[in-house]
Amino acid sequence: MSFLDNLGAFVGSIPGNISQGLIWGIMAIGLYITYKILDIADLTVDGSFCTGGAVCAAMLVGGCPVWLSLLGAFAGGMVAGLVTALLHTKCKIPAILAGILTQMALWTVNMLAMGGFREMKNNVAISADKYDPLVAKIFEDDVAMGFKPFYRHPVFVLVVLSVVLIAILYWFFGTERGCSIRATGANEHMARAQGINTQVNKIIGLVLSNGLVALAGALLAQYNGTVDINLGKGAIVIGLAAVIIGEVTFGKLFKNFALKLTAVSLGAILYYIIIQVVITLIDVDTQYMKLFSALVVAVFLTLPALSAGKKHKGKKVAGHA
Amino acid sequence: MLKLENVTKTFHPGTVNEKVALRGLNFHLKPGEFVTVIGGNGAGKSTMLNSVAGVFGIDSGKILIDGVDVSHLKEHQRAKVIGRVFQDPMMGTAATMQIEENLALALRRGKVRGLGRGITAKEREFFREQLKILDLGLEDRMTAKVGLLSGGQRQALTLLMATLKAPKLLLLDEHTAALDPKTAAKVLEATEKIVARSNLTTVMITHNMRDAIAHGNRLIMMYDGRIVVDVSGEEKKNLTVEQLLGLFSKASGSTEADDKLLLG
Repeated sequence: MSFLDNLGAFVGSIPGNISQGLIWGIMAIGLYITYKILDIADLTVDGSFCTGGAVCAAMLVGGCPVWLSLLGAFAGGMVAGLVTALLHTKCKIPAILAGILTQMALWTVNMLAMGGFREMKNNVAISADKYDPLVAKIFEDDVAMGFKPFYRHPVFVLVVLSVVLIAILYWFFGTERGCSIRATGANEHMARAQGINTQVNKIIGLVLSNGLVALAGALLAQYNGTVDINLGKGAIVIGLAAVIIGEVTFGKLFKNFALKLTAVSLGAILYYIIIQVVITLIDVDTQYMKLFSALVVAVFLTLPALSAGKKHKGKKVAGHA
Repeated sequence: MLKLENVTKTFHPGTVNEKVALRGLNFHLKPGEFVTVIGGNGAGKSTMLNSVAGVFGIDSGKILIDGVDVSHLKEHQRAKVIGRVFQDPMMGTAATMQIEENLALALRRGKVRGLGRGITAKEREFFREQLKILDLGLEDRMTAKVGLLSGGQRQALTLLMATLKAPKLLLLDEHTAALDPKTAAKVLEATEKIVARSNLTTVMITHNMRDAIAHGNRLIMMYDGRIVVDVSGEEKKNLTVEQLLGLFSKASGSTEADDKLLLG
């Protein structure tokens, strides 16, 4: 393929990348609650993302309306988060290990969910024609060709959904309970000394986080028209990429909490566009993507350390002078 | 107000690191008393304070606050009636949150935290008034992140947070030890002011004998997990460092004064 063909393919793929970025942005906002607010690296998400897709698909196939299926997915993720939270707070298992345990157990649970809890299944198809989901890749073309009104365009739907979710979270983390959750992550000693039950707050955070992650999984399953057991493998890396890219890129500009969450969503979109550039413009074999994703995240995780190191050095020199 | 009955605590029992920290401690603090606690390293001062605060459970005995047995309550449950300031200035405040947010968290100590606003406009006015008491200019920086403050400012803020809702018991764990002498004096001055304002029942651990004599209306000295000196009233007022060292030698049965007690 010539470079121009590649460029054409890249431009054509932009709406799809934005849609996917927005979906992963919701996932990353969930991750933000545990990783940034509670200071817990929660590996449950690799499993609960798929749980969302699996529960949503099973409910759609079972005849539930779309909104109920999404709610079901959200609830499924919350249960997964609750399991990790209880393993961590009540059984005193380190958070990372608790997340890995739940993630592993979810592999089986997700296959059961896809089979409607009667049999195991590796994948379920939920075609857009049959189930009329909230978002679907083919809706992008449908809207472009005028078969569907603009407000059914996945980008539009997902932007609205993201804004609503960010508004709710902004409100919640400004409440008494929300503030106490932030304090729990910021300084557990202080939180307990101020009478805050830090265990309960960690449970709430993990439950809420995984609910959002599962909701994103359900949306991606609808968008792709299919869910399989590998959906969400490596989700934590993509989510972290979004959180960190958003923070590094917009951190100086966005100080307000709602804007910080917006930055996470934008970070996810940026991530997808970076990946797309690599795939189409530079023509990299998609088999290399995992390696490349890990590299992108490692680079963005290193950036804050690099700039902090520079500042530190500068101070030292000034001190000696 | 505070009563300790036969409290014992041993760390790492049954291991080579076994350390008996409290050996059947008995202590009774009356309402409005301000006791200073001195003693060498390992005497059990911090263990006593942390036992009262509920940082860890005790092995045997009872802890009563205002007649209520709190021995089995968790740390955050006891916080309802206890205000605390730690030795480490980083420990008492949330660095990534604003000054007013920290105060708002403290104002809700002991309350069920629901979905009401985390901070209200009326409270901001109240915080502004309270911050003026510290005389550090913090009332003009209420939305600044606490991480930007100096150690002394953070300790003063922690002190205010601990007493914003008058606690039944104020626990100060060497809260000026990590500060430079000038800042330490300022924080102690603020402590005096705040304690006197609500006549708070206070326990203050200190390494500084002069501070222990100068502040409060009662003084206890701990040694090897027990209280060996307990003076109050006129006797405490007229105490000198030399007398205190003499009392210590007599009580501990050691002719040498503990260097750490003297220098620390």
